[in-house]
Amino acid sequence: MDITTQQTTAPPTAPGPAAPADKRAARGATRPGDRIFLGLSRGSGIFVLVLMAAIAAFLTYRASIAIGKNEANFFTSFEWNPSGVPPEFGIAVLVFGTVVSSVIAMVIAVPVSVGIALFITHYAPRRLGGLIGYVVDLLAAVPSIVYGLWGVLVLVPHMGGLYSWLDEYLGWTGVFAWEGGPARSLLTVGILLALMILPIITNVSREVFRQVPRMHEEAALALGATRWEVIRMSVLPFGRSGVISASMLGLGRALGETMAVAMVLSPSFDIGASLLDPGGGTFAQNIASKFNEATVMGQDALIASGMVLFVITLLVNGAARLIIARRKEYSGANA
Amino acid sequence: MAKRIDVSGLNAYYGSFLAIEDISMTVEPRSVTAFIGPSGCGKSTFLRTLNRMHEVTPGGRVEGKVMLDEENLYGAGIDPVAVRREVGMVFQRPNPFPTMSVYDNVAAGLRLNGKHKKSELDDVVEKSLKGANLWNEVKDRLNKPGSGLSGGQQQRLCIARAIAVEPNVLLMDEPCSALDPISTLAIEDLIGELKEQFTIVIVTHNMQQAARVSDRTAFFNLAAVGQPGKLIELDDTERIFSNPSVQATEDYISGRFG
Repeated sequence: MDITTQQTTAPPTAPGPAAPADKRAARGATRPGDRIFLGLSRGSGIFVLVLMAAIAAFLTYRASIAIGKNEANFFTSFEWNPSGVPPEFGIAVLVFGTVVSSVIAMVIAVPVSVGIALFITHYAPRRLGGLIGYVVDLLAAVPSIVYGLWGVLVLVPHMGGLYSWLDEYLGWTGVFAWEGGPARSLLTVGILLALMILPIITNVSREVFRQVPRMHEEAALALGATRWEVIRMSVLPFGRSGVISASMLGLGRALGETMAVAMVLSPSFDIGASLLDPGGGTFAQNIASKFNEATVMGQDALIASGMVLFVITLLVNGAARLIIARRKEYSGANA
Repeated sequence: MAKRIDVSGLNAYYGSFLAIEDISMTVEPRSVTAFIGPSGCGKSTFLRTLNRMHEVTPGGRVEGKVMLDEENLYGAGIDPVAVRREVGMVFQRPNPFPTMSVYDNVAAGLRLNGKHKKSELDDVVEKSLKGANLWNEVKDRLNKPGSGLSGGQQQRLCIARAIAVEPNVLLMDEPCSALDPISTLAIEDLIGELKEQFTIVIVTHNMQQAARVSDRTAFFNLAAVGQPGKLIELDDTERIFSNPSVQATEDYISGRFG
């Protein structure tokens, strides 16, 4: 407000006719560059919201049509026959396949990624670290269709050893039992997804670990901490929320990965006890493999499943934010 | 507990750059020795050679001897991690572990030394916080994050953390430069109490502070930028500030340069 008064009572050096000057003064002095940039950035912000709302509206509308006509339970049915009479379809198999393959991917990828990121930032000589970082960046740029090709042509035929080992030692659990079928199972998909999300998690974690303030590391060093203890006392706690965010980025990709999963998995609409048996399905894979030949009703049913994936992704992100916020006062950010 | 530091012929490098050259001095146990000198004269670098923190900097390396009583810190087979457990350090900016509570900050060093018994830790945490004149202010919030304290409290927390492991020597690198005058006073009083138990070396830019807290003062200087820093003289603080034997010291403390 002070500024406004100063503007209106400004000395006669203020240019321009009196009326526009007053008007401008009421809003505080702005320059064209500021106004244009404000408009652009505000527009971009609103655009994101509108886009999000449009996607949600589209999904909800088409999905509600399909779900309205569905005769089976949408959440528990193992059927996928939306074009039948009566239409029957459910997402139980897809939820199971998507969640299980993504969880396998996370279990493998997160520890390995954190290990690579720590090695690059805290152990490797600078040049070696740079080289590894560069190779990991390259991995992130490999298209998923290439991962899919490699998965089906190389990974699937070579899983036999791991599968028989798992069957021999963990087969009694049922989860890792193997009857010698082709390795086009959720486990193989999970392993492939782990490789695909590894670069994202590694890259983000590496940046986070690199930003650990030198003084936090020196605090630990000066207390007589070994290198591992420095990492445990200052690097990992500082990077914790960043690693969670990185993992969520990776999980988002794993949940939504389409092409590579569709190529490796031999899809079926049932849930097997063993992760090693061929079969199963994921949301994205199911949509990709069925959409082209689907009727309008079939498309709407697929869209309904897509909406569930959308909601799962939102929930996962929300959960991650909760985890990060819960210990916010302890985070490195307010140091 | 407090030990004598005896440095002879010490050079410290950053890569090929010689940062401090040929420093020899003795620091008596249970005394406060202040390092003063213009920026870039190597006093902080020298301080960091006393607990082998200098070599943590990429390219950092040291030649010469630092004896802690009978033991050469740079002798063959000496583990720098063990040295740092014996020679504590407080930094310029308070750096409590942001993810740890007040309690855990103080206990951090003890846990590194393998002490995990709750009753034992409780005792040492209380004793160290009392030793750092912080107990009364934080005793009701031991489980709150250490980064939530004021700057002066954080610095005393860092001192508590350093003395909790009962080091032989306590190094302080401009411990008050980020603090207000009242917090500074609190730390200075604390230094006076701590010297009963520890050998204390403090780097400071504040000459009044050096005069107030230290028994002995070392003046460092460098001939020119890019030249190595050298120890000009080390004497009783009273003498340095009243009648130094080197002209450069007199010029510096009387404000003619630096």
